[in-house]
Amino acid sequence: MRRKLPLSLHLGAALTLLLVAVALLSLLWTPYPAEQVRVIARLKPPSAAHWLGTDHFGRDVLSMIMVGARNSLAVGAAAVGLGLLGGVPLGLLAAGLGRWGDEVVARLGDLVFAFPAVLTAILLTAALGAGAVNVVVALALFNAAVLARVTRGAALAVWRRPFVGAALALGRGPLSATLVHVLPNIAGIVVVQATVLFAVAIVNEAALSYLGLGIQPPSPSWGKMLGDAQTYLFTAPLQAVFPGVAIALSVMGLTMLGDGLRDWLDPRHRSSGVM
Amino acid sequence: MPTAKQRFTLAAFAFAALALAATTQTATAQPRTDLVVGMALEPPHLDPTAGAAGAIKEVTYANLFEPLLRVDADGKLVPGLAERWSVSEDGLTYRFTLRPNAKFHDGTGADSADVKFTLDRARAADSVNAQKAYFAPIAQVETPDPQTVVVTLSRPDGLFLFHMASGDAAIVAPESAATNKQKPVGTGPFRFDRWVAGDRVVLVRNPDYDGAKPKLDRVTFRFVSDPAAQVAALKAGDIDAFTLFSTYEALPEFRNDPKFVVTVGSTEGETLLSTNNARKPFDDVRVRRAMAHAIDRKTLIDGVLYGNGVAIGSHFPPHREGYVDLTGLYPYDPARAKALLAEAGYPNGFDTTLRLPPPPYARRGGELVAAMLAEVGIRAKIEPVEWAAWLEKTFKGKDYDLTMIAHTEPLDIDIYARPDYYFNYKSERFNALNDALNRTQDPAKRNALYGEEQKLLAEDAVNGFLFMLPSVTVQKAGLTGLWVNRPVQANDVTGVSWK
Repeated sequence: MRRKLPLSLHLGAALTLLLVAVALLSLLWTPYPAEQVRVIARLKPPSAAHWLGTDHFGRDVLSMIMVGARNSLAVGAAAVGLGLLGGVPLGLLAAGLGRWGDEVVARLGDLVFAFPAVLTAILLTAALGAGAVNVVVALALFNAAVLARVTRGAALAVWRRPFVGAALALGRGPLSATLVHVLPNIAGIVVVQATVLFAVAIVNEAALSYLGLGIQPPSPSWGKMLGDAQTYLFTAPLQAVFPGVAIALSVMGLTMLGDGLRDWLDPRHRSSGVM
Repeated sequence: MPTAKQRFTLAAFAFAALALAATTQTATAQPRTDLVVGMALEPPHLDPTAGAAGAIKEVTYANLFEPLLRVDADGKLVPGLAERWSVSEDGLTYRFTLRPNAKFHDGTGADSADVKFTLDRARAADSVNAQKAYFAPIAQVETPDPQTVVVTLSRPDGLFLFHMASGDAAIVAPESAATNKQKPVGTGPFRFDRWVAGDRVVLVRNPDYDGAKPKLDRVTFRFVSDPAAQVAALKAGDIDAFTLFSTYEALPEFRNDPKFVVTVGSTEGETLLSTNNARKPFDDVRVRRAMAHAIDRKTLIDGVLYGNGVAIGSHFPPHREGYVDLTGLYPYDPARAKALLAEAGYPNGFDTTLRLPPPPYARRGGELVAAMLAEVGIRAKIEPVEWAAWLEKTFKGKDYDLTMIAHTEPLDIDIYARPDYYFNYKSERFNALNDALNRTQDPAKRNALYGEEQKLLAEDAVNGFLFMLPSVTVQKAGLTGLWVNRPVQANDVTGVSWK
């Protein structure tokens, strides 16, 4: 019997697909060029011409949200991708080497965790200048540390299982055992963690852009849109609503996707008979 | 449900509260004598003779410290510590007569020796004065008697009196000069009370002041940098008047509210798209002219200042005598801009960097300017920086392409003659005009020379000349005497009172 997919997985996947679809669509088409300024038509409420209205420079909010989705996804993908590339091998290495190797990786992780991701990013952008690249570097650093830790924990559990011991006894080297036996067994956990980190990266990117340290204008960013909207809260409150909803829906979608995937893939759930 | 007894207690409390409210109301029927002024930036210290930050002068000028002369609300020179002055025919000797009973806040007398100390300190080799150039023409300072100071210049300087009326020329005492940064001691009608770092500076009336006594007895300067918090503090009544208010989008709300009065006046802040004239491709005048044609000043003023600003065509404020209107020299014309770029060898435009300091006029304005430049093919990457980084890299290091900044010093067109200024502009003709200006005393001739300078700068399109920064004040109705215009950096509260 096929296991029933959790509801959160459905919802999460749908929202995430929507986000990806909007981002891809923005490559081909937006209602207006997202950077087109028309001060004379600023702060207009939603209308047939501008579905979500215009911002304080008269730019089309819908177009900005669409391109903003692409920017958010790009930063999230880069931050999580680099995190995976750095963190997973480190975690596997730590689990495989044991003792001092383990210790080194764990302490490096502590070093990164000592500073919250946003603070690291602020420090980095203050030193190297604001911009998307430095935001990605800072978030990737944090993601690598999280993924290394998760990978290490999961890999250690797999190493202790009898079939790995058997493979080693039959003459498989440690590297080969890691790739053939350990990695496939921890892939689910890593994917779930990566999905959640993706959501965190989107929030952090928005936070940094809100502070003016992230994606730089003229390229639109949800966080910057929120920051700009702040002084219009009394006069044009909708300015803050649309980017806010965009961030909330994306993060909710990715988090639910991660939760759903975990429920579906988690071996403990599988063995405990949740089918 | 409250019991009968509880209800009685509640009623009693309510009555007491009402009675209290009534008494406070009668108390406030007397005009208030305190004032809370809001400012966006906190001063780094409180010694106007040792720092360029405008916020220092906005707290201390005329209130706490007095220069020999003062600039009043209309930009005229009026007596400060000197009650009168005279200039010799050749423009080289200045004689100042000090107020006989002037005293510093620590009780020591303010006499000619203090003035000599101040001027010698400001022009010394190790001087940390932000406007050292103001004091450079001084050859010697003599003190024939305690009330008289005679200053001899090595060359005529048409702006000498004007410079001696700036906050940078505030008169300080040798006993307190070293500690003025934290505990300022001046000769003004208010004295320093306390400074709560990050929050406020409090001044109280100086009971021993020898001149006209101010109506206020307590003035608090509160520092609120966040635009939303500025609006909220005004609406909540925590701040009585916010000067140099820059959340322009909130002005319609305050204008429509009878509890507030909004005034919009002029500052000396020429806002520029400062251009590195030494760096390619900006060393080509055609490129600079192309940028001038690409920028739509009206849209910029509407978009950034919500219409509360005046366009400029050169580095001179329209409200001053000698102004020449050059705003029509480069009308907004993207096609012309593209043609000029092609002529200069950039038919497809080019990539550059636009560095932006923190004020809203720069961050918001820079975004708009970048969008306008993009229309003609100039792709400007925006680089937001903090003040310290801006001063270090751009202003001192001259390592930049484009930046956006308001030059708020009054009558500062002479900066284009400075050999190592960050514009990297070099013009023999301008330097000759500037020398002639320094030798000229006659106002009509001076104005003509100012006109020539403005035209030359506009023809060379040295910088993008954008707009004058407005002086916007949001104040509670019933407050009178605050300056509308900002001829010098100051929040002069000596003439402020409540109705």
